[in-house]
Amino acid sequence: MAQDWHLPDRGSVGILMLILTESVLFAMFVVAYIVYSGQSITGPSPKDVLNLPILATICLLSSSLTIVLAENALQKGNLANFKLWWLATIALGLEFLTATAAEWRHLILDENLTITTNLFGTTYYSLVGLHATHVLVGMIFLLIVMLASFLGRNIQRQERRVKFLSWYWHFVDAVWVVVFTVVYVIGR
Amino acid sequence: MASINFPLENAGFRTSEHSLAQILYRWIATTDHKKLGLMYIICMLLFFVVSGLMAVAIRIQLAVPNNHFVSPETFNQLFTMHGTTMVFLVGMPMVAGLGNYLVPLMIGARDMAFPRLNAFGFWAFLFGGVLLYSSYFFGAVPDVGWFGYAPLTSKIFNPGPSTDFWVLGVLVAGFGTIASAINVVATTVSMRCPGMTLRRMPMFVWVMLVDALLILVIFPPLAAAQIMLMLDRLTNSNFFNPAAGGNVLLWQHIFWIFGHPEVYVLIFPIFAIMSEVVPVFSRKPIFGKPAMVAAIAVIFFIGVGVWAHHMFTVGLSALSNTFFATATMLVGIPTGIKIFNWAATMYGGKIRYATPMLFACGFLLQFLVAGLTGIMLATAPFDWQLHHTYFVVGHFHFTLIGGLVFGLFAGIYYWFPKATGKMCSEFIGRLHFWIFLVGFNVTFIPMHFAGFLGMPRRVYTYLPGHGLETWNLISTWGVAIQIVGILLFVVNIIWGLWKGEKAGDDPWDAWTLEWAASSPPPEYNFEKIPVVRSGRPLWDLKHPTDPDWKFE
Repeated sequence: MAQDWHLPDRGSVGILMLILTESVLFAMFVVAYIVYSGQSITGPSPKDVLNLPILATICLLSSSLTIVLAENALQKGNLANFKLWWLATIALGLEFLTATAAEWRHLILDENLTITTNLFGTTYYSLVGLHATHVLVGMIFLLIVMLASFLGRNIQRQERRVKFLSWYWHFVDAVWVVVFTVVYVIGR
Repeated sequence: MASINFPLENAGFRTSEHSLAQILYRWIATTDHKKLGLMYIICMLLFFVVSGLMAVAIRIQLAVPNNHFVSPETFNQLFTMHGTTMVFLVGMPMVAGLGNYLVPLMIGARDMAFPRLNAFGFWAFLFGGVLLYSSYFFGAVPDVGWFGYAPLTSKIFNPGPSTDFWVLGVLVAGFGTIASAINVVATTVSMRCPGMTLRRMPMFVWVMLVDALLILVIFPPLAAAQIMLMLDRLTNSNFFNPAAGGNVLLWQHIFWIFGHPEVYVLIFPIFAIMSEVVPVFSRKPIFGKPAMVAAIAVIFFIGVGVWAHHMFTVGLSALSNTFFATATMLVGIPTGIKIFNWAATMYGGKIRYATPMLFACGFLLQFLVAGLTGIMLATAPFDWQLHHTYFVVGHFHFTLIGGLVFGLFAGIYYWFPKATGKMCSEFIGRLHFWIFLVGFNVTFIPMHFAGFLGMPRRVYTYLPGHGLETWNLISTWGVAIQIVGILLFVVNIIWGLWKGEKAGDDPWDAWTLEWAASSPPPEYNFEKIPVVRSGRPLWDLKHPTDPDWKFE
């Protein structure tokens, strides 16, 4: 009996639970955004200052594809391809963060919208900021894996952990779909 | 119960300890689930004493009308710190401590799924607690109540850093709680020993699994609320700022989405304890185990949809009030199933009234009373009358002391022999039970009547001539009796450690796997990983001619 006793990987369970608990955290900020949308007493309002971040969205969503390609390459033992797709993922993530930074710069300097200005500013910066923080954390882990693989560490032994990181990255992407819809489509 | 070999030297376990510094280092650097579990429990008991002393000060202040034992400002700090400590620094480490110590042992595992994450969880909790209490050194003690309603917490009404201590302390301790909950889920799902199917998993582990899932769903709303408040206070954002169109009710909603299920998070481990103690001391398997599992799951699902019964008086719509009142009353059904099944387990059993069982019986009766006053308060018009009075204080102290603390004492007396290898004194234990039972009821029954007479919570004094004097004086005397009970508990623990007789592996003739390990269990728990064939593996071991698995 002991031989055919198989239970789910503890790491999978752990990361899924992390994703569950993070989803609820985001849900609260999304709810706050929806509840307060259109409730600001003063301007500026979303439709005046927000532009659809099309390029950033395409970048972040396609980084989910490149990280899967990297994973597959790692599984097949093709380290060169793994590094290539991994770098692509990092580049796409970086482009997304840069776009967010540029958007914030524009909003703060040109439109005079800060977290203090009105309810829109408060909920916008906290929701988008919470998401960007998660992208940033993901980026740090992506960079660690990249460093390890370029320093010649045996990354194939870490296949499980790479998989968990990619799950987290997919989650951050999925959250962006919600944030994009709520903030840039419905909220405008 | 057969077993499979597992080479110990491969697992990196060492067995010898040397100097005091080394022992200290091994406790601080430990990732052992039992050491961490005990550290949680020890911290819990220390915070319990501190927070209990605050309650004593509150009761002395309220013993007679127009008393000046403490100032109104100090009074606000006392009830804030008392409530915050009891929920976050006593209740939560109890959840984590019990889960840590017992879950791996009960499922035949060597440790939790993520031992280092486990250590992180403990230290984050302790750091959060220390952060909260460091407010005393800065003369900025939180004084906004444990649920910190907006806009009282805003910079305008609360200019100093006291609320920031409260926000950060609770937030950081919450990260530790989430870490330990992830660990409990991963452990129960992935670390069960061969043969330990979900059907055979002890009821204790089932309840702790549901408890951990509930934590994962409700602690993020708390974190979200605290982050919003922190942003409001530090960056002048407008979440709870009515001047900018913000709605202060948003805080109440998000806080109670956490805050109400939180009381289930706190009471579930007690349900878990009851589900082990009652069968063992009634010499019967638990009655209706599938129904018990279903009931706990139903409480989970209904429990996350009842939060606004804390908000009947803020002027929600009639439809909302009806919905939340009905949902709240529905919780009474699965809870009733649990109480019924514990009673049915005792029915016809060969009951041994040892100290753990006495406390379990105390829990059953008092928690029933708490449940009934809960149904009363769930009725919206009734709540309008008694909201924010001492009736509510009496109600939730019946759940949290009459229920939680009595159940916790049952658990501590039950597993003390396992954790220490020594027995507590039955005589002192009984004395502790009866004196604490009397003290508890003398303190908290009068609060219901003071509440009926209109005495509000959180007001530092009251006027004579409204019929409140007698009830309050009785309450305060009850505290004196409770203190004697708690002192007897401390004496019993010290006596048990010092002179208690050797417990042996299985002093209660129990059936779950933790009693198969030695007392106290070695760092690796089981020399050989057990293989189980039924829900009561130790019964199978002790009765080879009449094993449970033949009937499963």
